[in-house]
Order: sequence, then C-alpha cells, then structure tokens
Amino acid sequence: MRSTEELKKIASQVRRDIIRQVHNANSGHPGGSLGCADFLVGLYFGILNHQPSKFSMDAKNEDLFFLSNGHISPLWYSVLARSGYFDVKELSTFRLINSRLQGHPATHEKLPGIRVASGSLGQGISVAIGAALTKKLNGEKNTVYCLCGDGEMEEGQIWEAAMYAGAKKVDNLIVTVDVNLQQIDGSVDHVMPYGDLRPKFESFGWDVLNMDGNDMQQVVDTLLNAKSRTGKGKPVAILMKTEMGQGVDFMMHSHKWHGVAPNAEQTKTALAQLEETLGDF
Amino acid sequence: MKKYTYTEKKDTRSGFGAGLLELGRTNPDVVALCADLTGSLKMDAFEKEFPNRFFQVGIAEANMIGIAAGMTIGGKIPFTGTFANFSTGRVYDQIRQSVAYSDKNVKICASHAGITLGEDGATHQILEDIGMMRMLPGMVVINPCDYNQTKAATIAIAKHHGPVYLRFGRPVVPVFTDAKQVFEIGKAVMLNEGVDVSIFATGHLVWKALEACEILESKGINAEIINIHTIKPLDEAAVLRSVRKTGCAVSAEEHQIHGGLGDAIANVLSRNFPAPLEYVAVNDSFGESGTPEQLMKKYGLEAENIVHAAEAALKRKKQEFSHS
Repeated sequence: MRSTEELKKIASQVRRDIIRQVHNANSGHPGGSLGCADFLVGLYFGILNHQPSKFSMDAKNEDLFFLSNGHISPLWYSVLARSGYFDVKELSTFRLINSRLQGHPATHEKLPGIRVASGSLGQGISVAIGAALTKKLNGEKNTVYCLCGDGEMEEGQIWEAAMYAGAKKVDNLIVTVDVNLQQIDGSVDHVMPYGDLRPKFESFGWDVLNMDGNDMQQVVDTLLNAKSRTGKGKPVAILMKTEMGQGVDFMMHSHKWHGVAPNAEQTKTALAQLEETLGDF
Repeated sequence: MKKYTYTEKKDTRSGFGAGLLELGRTNPDVVALCADLTGSLKMDAFEKEFPNRFFQVGIAEANMIGIAAGMTIGGKIPFTGTFANFSTGRVYDQIRQSVAYSDKNVKICASHAGITLGEDGATHQILEDIGMMRMLPGMVVINPCDYNQTKAATIAIAKHHGPVYLRFGRPVVPVFTDAKQVFEIGKAVMLNEGVDVSIFATGHLVWKALEACEILESKGINAEIINIHTIKPLDEAAVLRSVRKTGCAVSAEEHQIHGGLGDAIANVLSRNFPAPLEYVAVNDSFGESGTPEQLMKKYGLEAENIVHAAEAALKRKKQEFSHS
C-alpha cells in the first residue's frame, strides 16, 4: 500500500489537473473538486480493489465507486486517468465537443471507470444500493462506495435511499458525505439549515463515522475503519469535513468557486501553490 | 373480415404476473422490485417463489428506479413494478439519467395505465406516459393488448438488452391472441387486411378496433386492423405499407391525443406519405372517477368512436387527398 506521503503527492497532481481542466474548458466546478481530492485519491490509490486496465461494466469481484455529486467530475476524471483507466492526455478534452469527458459523468461516450451518469443530484446512493444488492446476490465480498455532497442532502431521494439501506441492512455499502457546508446560493446553513446529519443517518440504522477529509492520514485510516465495519448489518456513512477549494488559497473559505473557472492569471497563481509531482497532462 | 373470438376475459396485469413468474423459473438473472403494490401488479407469485430475488422498496419509487439501475451492474435484469403514473411521471428524471442515458437494462413495468384504472380518478389515471417514455432516446415502449400478449411481451423483453417501458392495465378484457405466440419487439401484428382505411390500435383499444371493424363492414367499409403493440421502435414499414394501400388512417389508444401512438403514426406519415389521420384518444383533458366502461364511453374510446374516426378519415381522403 502507498504511503501517506505518496498519496499526498498524487493529490497535489490531481489538484493541478482539476485547475488545468477547468481553465482549459473555461467551465466546470473547481471548488468541490479540490475539496474532495484527498478523499478520492485516498480511496482509489489506497483502498479500492479494482482493475483500471481491464474496465468492465459488471466489475465482478471488484469494489465499486459511484459519484453522486457528478459536478465534481474534473476530480474524478483526473483520478481515473491517473489510476490508469484512460490516458491522462484525454483530460485536455474536458467539457469540449466530441469528448468522452462530459461536463457531468456519463456512460454514453463509454469512458472507462464510469458506470452510471450523475449530475442531477440525489440519485447516487440508490444506484450504489442496487450495485451492492447485486454483489450480495452474486456472492461477491466487495464493497460499494458512494460520494455525495452536503447540499445534495436536500434531495428527497437521498432519504428514501437512507431509509432503505438501513432498514434492509445493506452492509456492503459505504457512503461518504462531503460536508463542506457550501452550496450554490451560499452556505448550507443559509440555504437550508437542516442540522446535524449524524442523528439522521443513525436513526435510519446507519453506522456513522466522522473524518477530516483534507487530512490524508485520517482519510485512509477512516476508510479502513469503515471497511472493517462492513458486513455487520449496517450501512456505513462517513461525514467528511472538507474545505471547498482546498489547496488554492483564493478559492477557500467561500462558495464562490463552486462553478467558476479561473482565468489565465488565477490559474497561474493556483498552479504555483500546487506541486507538479507526476507530470501535467 | 377475419373473425376473432374469445372464451374469457382477463386483466393484462395478470399476464405480466404470469410472464414474470415464468422468467423467474427460466432466467436466474431476473429480479423484481416493487413499491408497495405487489398484489396490484400480480407480482406476489414471483415474490413467494423467489423471495431472495424480490425487493420490496416501499413507497419510494425514485429509489426503486435507482436501485434497479444499480442492480444491472453485475448482470441482473431488474423488473420494476408500480402503477403507470408512479412508473413514469413521478420518476422521469431518475429514468432519464440513471436508466436511459446510462443505457441500463431495466424493465419498467407499469400497471393501471389510462382511464380504465377507474374509480381512483385522474390523480392515478396517467394518460401521458407513452409520450414521456417514447421521447427518451433508446427507450422501448410496449403496450400489449391482452393477457396472452402481455405475458409473451414480459418474457420477450428480458432477452432485449436496454431499457424498456411495458404498459398494461387493470380491467379484464377479451383474451383473443394466441397463448403460444412469440412476441417480436417492434413488429406490428396484422389482424385484418382491408383496403379502405388503416386502423392502428394499441393496448385495450385493439379489441375495440376489431369491434369497430365489424361495424364498418356492415356499412360496406373494408378496414385494415393493425395491432401496434410496440410504439417505439415503431414498425414504420408496416404503417407505410398499409396506408399506401388504403390512403387514410385512424390511431386508437387509451392515452392523451398528444405524444402517443397517434403522434408516432403522424410523424411517419408526414415524413413519408402524407395522408388523412384521425385520432381516437383522450382530447387534452384529465380523466375522472367512474367505472372503466363509463369512462371509456365518456372520453370517446369506444368502438363507435373508432367507426366515426374511420368514416371521417375516408371522407377526408376523398375530399382532400384525391390525387386523380
């Protein structure tokens, strides 16, 4: 398994990829992508049992990941490419015409690594439950992961899924919620002050963990802890505190960079803060 | 005309239940999901025989569609069951993104379609579902006409890879198609060859069209009756072959006048062979409470309405489309 230092280096490159993709397309969502970079790198490079060079839709005997908050696609595309699902050069086509890297993740263009479209929010946990149920029917001992946003918790389908997974003991499922406390119209507490997520998930029968999603050591330790809790009759939720825009000082502590592309000068300033560790695409 | 008889009336939803049970016995990948309407959908026999492959999701249709999409990953063939209203309008975005756009092998099976749902009233009588579903790229839309055809269609769609919308209903209707039929998706069924007017019917209106055919015959009109059980992909060749012969057409469906079979036929005709087309459909209104028989009469979906439409189409053919 890779060391925390190695994972941090990958995360730094992934953050550069995010900035460069969004700048190149002059469109996309850098804030949440930067915030979740440590988590997704920790998951894909430290935890996930998968076969990037032999992508198959059915993923027999592999772990699965579903991105429910599909707008942080530049992060996922970078992690998939750096994992070996496709050539990193393809990151230069993000959001451009005739690309497999659609604005929001899609299967339609057959990009390896993606198994369902997402973007319209609230649907990922349901899909992850379905995949987890099929794993059980097939006798596969793998884990199914899903990432959602905290603004996304306002969607009703999230709670249909939370109810089902708890009630029906879907215990090969780990859902992480990116608690960055921001959404498009402002802070979550401004838009919809729905209170603490922990008792909500617990009341539906989930095992709930907390972590700092921008501390790589904590990310890996918590994911390992979560995995050790699977198979015990409860789905696992990880409430992950992150900073939107993490790693780029002028994008942090605000919701303003949810869906705005940096200009040339801002891109230069951002990249100066992020070490190039694996070579830019 | 060719004579059609029947010995019993049955509901098409029971044909679905029987087909699903047979699939359970023959295809281990078939799984079923239901949103608290197991009895209404006739899925109880499947649930009893295959409890491990049956998933009760409660009154949470959006979650059901998402779970079904996820279950395809790893090779399962999920059949979801609820009323047509909750199978389409309520979950359109889930079907659009997680199923259709993602090319997932989900079979959306919908009972109690149309006004023959009856006394529950307009909240439950969806008349827009065919339109919504046929607009989705890649979606197959099937509306079989009787018990035997619904059973055969249920079995056939398990062999088709990709999303399917299978629409059926609550009332008992004559069982007149062959119990041993092989259902071919996208293949129109010729029920009576005629030369004066083409009548394209789907679902519960197919039997009504056969009744209309007899009445028309007594008036000296020789109607061609074609069962369009698959609205998408539409058997365009069969439609054009028939209308090129007869020169005018009628569409008949238990659906809104907008977006359904009639519009599908109009699309083909306008692009290839413009000809008069009369619609037998609900005329841009919601339904209401009543018995299925009362509602079919009030909303103009009876054999006599098909007869009037055929006569109107014939008249227009002579007046507007006389090319001689």
